[in-house]
Order: sequence, then C-alpha cells, then structure tokens
Amino acid sequence: MSDNRLSTDAEVASPAFIDKDNVEGDHAAASIRAAMINRPRQELYDFWRDFTNLPSFTENVKEVEILDAKRSQWTIAGPAGADIDLVSEITEDIPGERVAWRSSEGSDVDHEGWIEFRDNAFGRGTEVRIFVSYDPPAGAIGKVVAKVLQREPRIQARRELRRFKQLMETGEVSTSKAPDAAPRASRHF
Amino acid sequence: MRALTWHGKHNVQVDTVPDPQIVNPRDAIIRITATAICGSDLHLYDSMIPGMSNGDILGHEFMGVVEEVGPANTTLKRGDRVVVPFVIACGKCFFCDHKMPAACDNSNPAEKADASEIAYGYAMTGAFGYSHLTGGYAGGQAEYARVPYSDYGPIVIPEGIEDERVLFLSDIFPTGWMAAENAQIQPGDTVAIWGCGPVGLFAIKSAILQGAGRVIAIDHHPRRLELAKQNGAEVLNYHEVKVREALMEMTAGIGPDSCIDAVGMEAHGFSPDNIVDAIKQETKILGTDRPHVLRETIMAVRKGGTVSVPGVYGGFADKWPIGAFMEKGLTLKTGQTHVQNYLPQLLQLILDGKIDTTDLISHRLPLEQAAEGYKNFKENQNEWTKVVLKPG
Repeated sequence: MSDNRLSTDAEVASPAFIDKDNVEGDHAAASIRAAMINRPRQELYDFWRDFTNLPSFTENVKEVEILDAKRSQWTIAGPAGADIDLVSEITEDIPGERVAWRSSEGSDVDHEGWIEFRDNAFGRGTEVRIFVSYDPPAGAIGKVVAKVLQREPRIQARRELRRFKQLMETGEVSTSKAPDAAPRASRHF
Repeated sequence: MRALTWHGKHNVQVDTVPDPQIVNPRDAIIRITATAICGSDLHLYDSMIPGMSNGDILGHEFMGVVEEVGPANTTLKRGDRVVVPFVIACGKCFFCDHKMPAACDNSNPAEKADASEIAYGYAMTGAFGYSHLTGGYAGGQAEYARVPYSDYGPIVIPEGIEDERVLFLSDIFPTGWMAAENAQIQPGDTVAIWGCGPVGLFAIKSAILQGAGRVIAIDHHPRRLELAKQNGAEVLNYHEVKVREALMEMTAGIGPDSCIDAVGMEAHGFSPDNIVDAIKQETKILGTDRPHVLRETIMAVRKGGTVSVPGVYGGFADKWPIGAFMEKGLTLKTGQTHVQNYLPQLLQLILDGKIDTTDLISHRLPLEQAAEGYKNFKENQNEWTKVVLKPG
C-alpha cells in the first residue's frame, strides 16, 4: 500500500458530513449544517439579516431587540425558566451571500455563528449553510448553561435550519405540539 | 371530542381528548364523517413500529366536512366535503415540486425529524396518526382533525356520492394503484399479488385497470381469496399449494412479469425463514422485519421482472436474496404512497363507475366501538376484511 492516500478534494465546509455534524476548533460545542431551500437567495438573506425574525423560527430565541446597525440584544430561553441574555454583533455582512455574528463581552454565553447563501448550480434553489457555536461561561450558571448547550449546537443547527426552510418554503413552521396542534389522551400530557 | 387512542401493545381505547385548533395559516379543521382502520394501524396495534407514545390518536384514513380554515388557505372553505391524504405534504419543496409528496421535506416537525434521520439517513415525511417518526400528528379516528397544509392535500368531493365510495382515496386505493404502477405492467402481463387485504385487493383492481392480462392473488384466508376472485384474480391458497411451483406451472416456466408484496413486515406462515425472523423480531433489539413475502416475490418473479412493495417495512431484512435479485436483473420499486398525485384521476374512476371501492368493507362500527374493530381486524382477519368507523 502506498502512503500517498488520495485526500478528499470535494468542497466540504466542515467534518459535519462525516462526523455527526461536530466541528473541531476553539469552541466547546459547534456545528455546521446545510440545507437546500427552494426560494431565491436574496429573499432568504433578507429574512435572516433582520434578526428580529429569529424568534419566528428558532426554538430558544424569545426576543431580539435591535440596538444599532451592528448590535442586537437577544433573549434566549435557558434552563429552568432562566433567560440567557446576549448582545450579538455582526462581524461580517455580504448582502445576499453571508452574515456572521458573535456575542460581545459580558454576554451570558459566548456564541458565534454564520450563515451562507449560494445559488445551486443546477437550479434546485439556494444552498444554505449555517454554523453555530457556544462556549459557556465559567461559574455556576455556566455549568447549567453548558449542560443544556454543550450537546445543543448540533441539534440546534439541524432543527433551526429545518424550521427556517419550512417557514421560507411553506410560509409556516410545521408543528404537532399538544394539545392544540395535536390533541392527545389528556392524562398523558 | 372523542378519539381512538393508543396505550401500548394491543391496548387502544376511545378517550375524551381536547379539540384540535387552527395553529398555522394553512391549517383546516375537519369534522370527520367516516374513517377506517388500516392494515398498517395493526403494525401499531402490535407495537411493531417504533416511536409511538402513550395517548396518541390513531387513524390516517379519514374524510369529513371542513369546519374552519386558516387565514392563508384560499382553496378550501367551510362546508366543503373532503377526503384527506394520509401523507402530509407542503406542496412547495423540491420533492412536492417533483411529484413526490410522500417525500416532502417540510411536513415532519423539526424536533420530530431527528429520529428518522438517524434511523433512515434522511428525515421521513409527516403522516397522520402514526409514529412520532412521521411527525407525531394526531390521527383521524376521532370526531375532528387538524389538517396541516390543507390547501395542498385534501380533495373536494362533489355532493351526492356516499362517504364509503370515496373514503379509501385517503390511502388504500392510491396505495393499491401506485403498487400496480410500480409493477410497470405492460398489456397482457401476468401479475402475482401476495396479500388479499385491502391494499392487495385495490392492487388487483388497479392492475386489471392498468392492463394486466392475468392477476394471480395469494393469501390463506378463504373470505379474502373469495374477494380477490370476485375482482378477477385467480387465487392461490398458500396453505394448499407451494406458491412458487404453482406460479411456475401456471406461467409455463416463465414466471410472473411482476410481483407485488402487499403484506409487509408481519408476514404469516410457518416457513423456516419466517419463524427465525419472528424470533428475531420479538427481541425488539435487532430491528428485524419478517420479509418472508419479499423474499418469495424476488424468487418467484421472472427474469428481468419487477417487484413492487406497497407493504410496510420499518427495520432491517435478514437473508435478503441479493443474488437472485442481481442475477435475474430485477427492478424493485417501493415507497409510501404519493397520494396527492393520484386523487383527481382516481376520484374520476369512482365517479365514472369504473371501480367498486366498497366491496371489501365487512364491518361498519360507531367510533365508540373502535377498540372492538381493532381486535377483530387483527384476530379475525378472514371475516373482518375492512372496518369503517363513524364518529358521532
């Protein structure tokens, strides 16, 4: 056997696609996920770029307040009913293509993310890739946050990208939450 | 409202549950006028499908009257009579655009889609009243149901045609029709169909309408074989004859051009392979289905022929005859039914009187007696060929 093994030369953004969406690096927990969305690239970028839209499809972001052109205040539902506050700052903004952001100092959690929009070369819509990471702070609250968030980025990137796709393609987010969306036998809630 | 709910293996009961609400703009609430128990509901009853939760409302074959529609729904209005496809599909994604609504990317809620992505590599599409793998949506064996994306799936039924004649557009008629289509029938072909349950019977009817010269149906329940015969099939009782030898003889050594497995993961019979599979299946750990019929179709079909599988499988198949499959150059086609694709065409066949859609109904029960319906449909398959439930 030769030592010169042929390496991957396909364009793969991360080990996401070969190692359970985990991304190695400086973060406690991070993930990349990709989805094809059957809508125009600019429309997707515009919706995402307005961070006040985040609560309409994310599971945990309850409220977003725009502070200035780059900064916004996010209220995230944390463990045991406690809210996690973070101030997010846009670090890169290429209209129609890419948005990157990171939490500023003093936030309850170090969070970093980016999203990229590319036209699919074969007319299947827009390729959307999202990266999210978390580094919980030290201390007691950090431990609780870590417990919830350490295993989260993977699940979160996956679910939030799915919800974003649902909302953009269909105009709504699919749900089967009991009782209104899907009733169940009452004693089993 | 009242609804049939699942509480574990062989344990279903009619409970009082909250009424469903409009929660999304494209939703509709349907007041159900007729619903049915499906053979695939028996896989849930037997606890063979993972991802069920205590208290789930079952039922994916239903129709009724639109009570209320969400603000973004411009195709349905209050008072419309509709049949609802068991597959929930958005009508907007790549798959819906490409006539594959049963592969819809969006109808399985994000938090439910993880499980099937892990189990099957990709998330499954949403469906009514089935496992949480397919979205955990409440089913239609109830007085009311919430229908998501209701501007895409449900078909409006003209007045003056009884519920029973159109009810099976929800699943088993399109499922039998697609099974026949997947069998790639050419005029004059011989088609062998395993299982004379509701899907098998609709596959027989459909195969004949699609030009099959000869349909051979296989089962062991005399009443089900009789229904197959009435629908134009020649029948084989596998308790009396060796099926493969009989098919070989009947086709003078060529074999059937297509075989349809309308049985799926819980095949009956005491062949050695099936007994071993049944033991493995009972462990619940190995995820083994009982693909006895699938093996038999692959062995029986002629060289270069097609095997079509409407029967439900959920796990893994041991002793898959890959050698026969490859060396004979077979085609295998399967999948959950793309119900939405077929509805206008199949409704027209019913309206034109080209197909009898009611001859398989053996029992009509009030919804309150649904548990009795399940028990008998499971234990007394000879006489209980199809159960229709009437809420209210």
